Amino acid sequence: MMVFLYLRDLKTHFPIYRGLVARRQIGSVKAVDGVTISLQKGEILGLVGESGCGKSTLARTIMQLVRSTDGEVFLQGKGLSELSARAVRAARVDFQMIFQDPYASLNPRMTVFDTLSEAIRTRQKYRRKEMVAKVAELMEMVGLPANQMLRYPHEFSGGQRQRIAIARALAPQPKLVIADEPVSALDVSIQSQILNLILKLCREMELTMIFISHDISVVKYISDRIAVMYLGKLVEIGPATEVVERPLHPYTRALVSAVPIPNPQLERQRQRIILQGDPPSPLNPPAGCSFHPRCPFAIEECKLKAPELAEKEVRRFAACIRVGEI
Amino acid sequence: MPLLEVENLRTSFYTRAGVVRAVDGVSFSVDAGETLGIVGESGSGKSVTCYSILGLIPQPPGRIESGAARFDGIDLLDCKHSELRRFRGKRISMIFQDPMTSLNPYLRVSDQLIEPLLVHERISRRQALKLAIASLEEVGIQDAGRRVHLYPHQFSGGMRQRVMIAMALINRPEILIADEPTTALDVTVQAQILELIRRQQKDLGTAVIFITHDLGVVASFCRRVNVMYAGRVVESGFTEDIFASPLHPYNAALQQSIPALHRKGESLFTIPGAPPDLSRAIKGCSFAPRCPFAADLCRNSPTPLEEPIAGHSTACLRVLRGEVNDLRLEPALAAV
Repeated sequence: MMVFLYLRDLKTHFPIYRGLVARRQIGSVKAVDGVTISLQKGEILGLVGESGCGKSTLARTIMQLVRSTDGEVFLQGKGLSELSARAVRAARVDFQMIFQDPYASLNPRMTVFDTLSEAIRTRQKYRRKEMVAKVAELMEMVGLPANQMLRYPHEFSGGQRQRIAIARALAPQPKLVIADEPVSALDVSIQSQILNLILKLCREMELTMIFISHDISVVKYISDRIAVMYLGKLVEIGPATEVVERPLHPYTRALVSAVPIPNPQLERQRQRIILQGDPPSPLNPPAGCSFHPRCPFAIEECKLKAPELAEKEVRRFAACIRVGEI
Repeated sequence: MPLLEVENLRTSFYTRAGVVRAVDGVSFSVDAGETLGIVGESGSGKSVTCYSILGLIPQPPGRIESGAARFDGIDLLDCKHSELRRFRGKRISMIFQDPMTSLNPYLRVSDQLIEPLLVHERISRRQALKLAIASLEEVGIQDAGRRVHLYPHQFSGGMRQRVMIAMALINRPEILIADEPTTALDVTVQAQILELIRRQQKDLGTAVIFITHDLGVVASFCRRVNVMYAGRVVESGFTEDIFASPLHPYNAALQQSIPALHRKGESLFTIPGAPPDLSRAIKGCSFAPRCPFAADLCRNSPTPLEEPIAGHSTACLRVLRGEVNDLRLEPALAAV
């Protein structure tokens, strides 16, 4: 077993300034605050959490679209954090991203051919004729008719556009793909087409993937392991099915119980944990465990010290001192 | 007698690309105090149906071609705008999808909350404000007396949706139309908002028409469901029946393509293709081009909604004729 991607105590803080003349830093938003995790080659890690918990910032930090404040990202043993901007761009053929909104992430003035050939060229240059063949191959791979390569994005539906975005991400033959809510903007019937496509491509190309979503059922279906994020920190990591079916951390429990199940009978029987309030601001996180103000199981001790992510059961990590008791 | 009865509603939009039949012959009814879900994908006509009832369709380009929406003996589609205004926000009210954009950013929450009261009731500003504060407390906003004077941007997404709910319920309406009220919210906040609507509905006896694309929300929230596809209701019935024994291939396929019900590694069933272009006339069943059970008959004859089992209707000809009984789909059919 080889560690493919390793994040060591990764932190991304955004400074906040006040004052026009005497500008001074009054604090920082700790969007990602000490994330440590490693991925095996070929693994799909699902990343879930509420909006504002830092999942997208974590993705952008790994991609080096935002540079980290502290900590390191190692891709196959190579440290990405210390690379220069130019070196990052060269290295990026190995790691690519798929974005949420297929309407906004494609250049409306470029044809599919332009978009895909530009992406292919980052890895290798071809003559026009060969390039056409390469683009056609790529389009077939994601289930688009190759004779449409001279069309513009607006001529495609949302699902088709997401296929183009996937083709673009895979064009440089990356080893790591980060998909940031790739199916959230799509309808249910289209969503399943794209999920099947992503799974198929992951298997065929032996991709390692971080799949970000707020939809736990999607993440459970697609990923090998799930990491749950709350206010910039990972609070639980474990095998996907186990995390969803028997969550350890109280936050994961609440998250799972909040998802409505499409089955009226089960739905009526189940007990809900309804969290009170909104997630607190990452500008001013609560002391101790950052979840304690909303946690139904919080005790005095939780307010004092932030719990470490620790292995509570085999391969199952949680950052909660009360895991055994509740 | 049903509280609201919609009959054969047709709404079209006249665009440069042609006439888009957004709602194409929709009929349903809502009883007092019940919850009716309308599910469907984007473009299936679920929102346009409700906007039509409330006279919120911009005309032109929109036009209500035919139909009736009887509420308490009055046809809402036949009303003048001035008459409709007496109903809207008073006896029928609406919550919109996006709490970020449906409040006026220039006005204090207090001004927006008391507006429906001032319009419909003979009441002083001071009394209205008192009621507004009480209604904010009812939807679970703490410190309402102070917060009522804030601006919308000072509230979070979940709080704004609470304000919208308070505003919609302040006149104790008989019908509340909720158009994807939780789609823009996190699941944890969604659970709070659903619980809130449920409680308010119980307290006030309001009927709720709940528009959503999320089958999970329907299962947990609605008594009856209309499944819409391409501007038509294709299946309608009690929630339990819709889920336990689907009578239309579209409903069946939709349920089988949800990841929640699949085991890992199992391929998801997918509905091939995409919804039809509504600017072209569709002769037969609008789902036929994507349907694994479609026969020639489906493509050529009209498919009205019929009720083979009491309280459970379908528009699938082959199911009605008894030619197809098992709507379970082979995973092998799954196309990538």
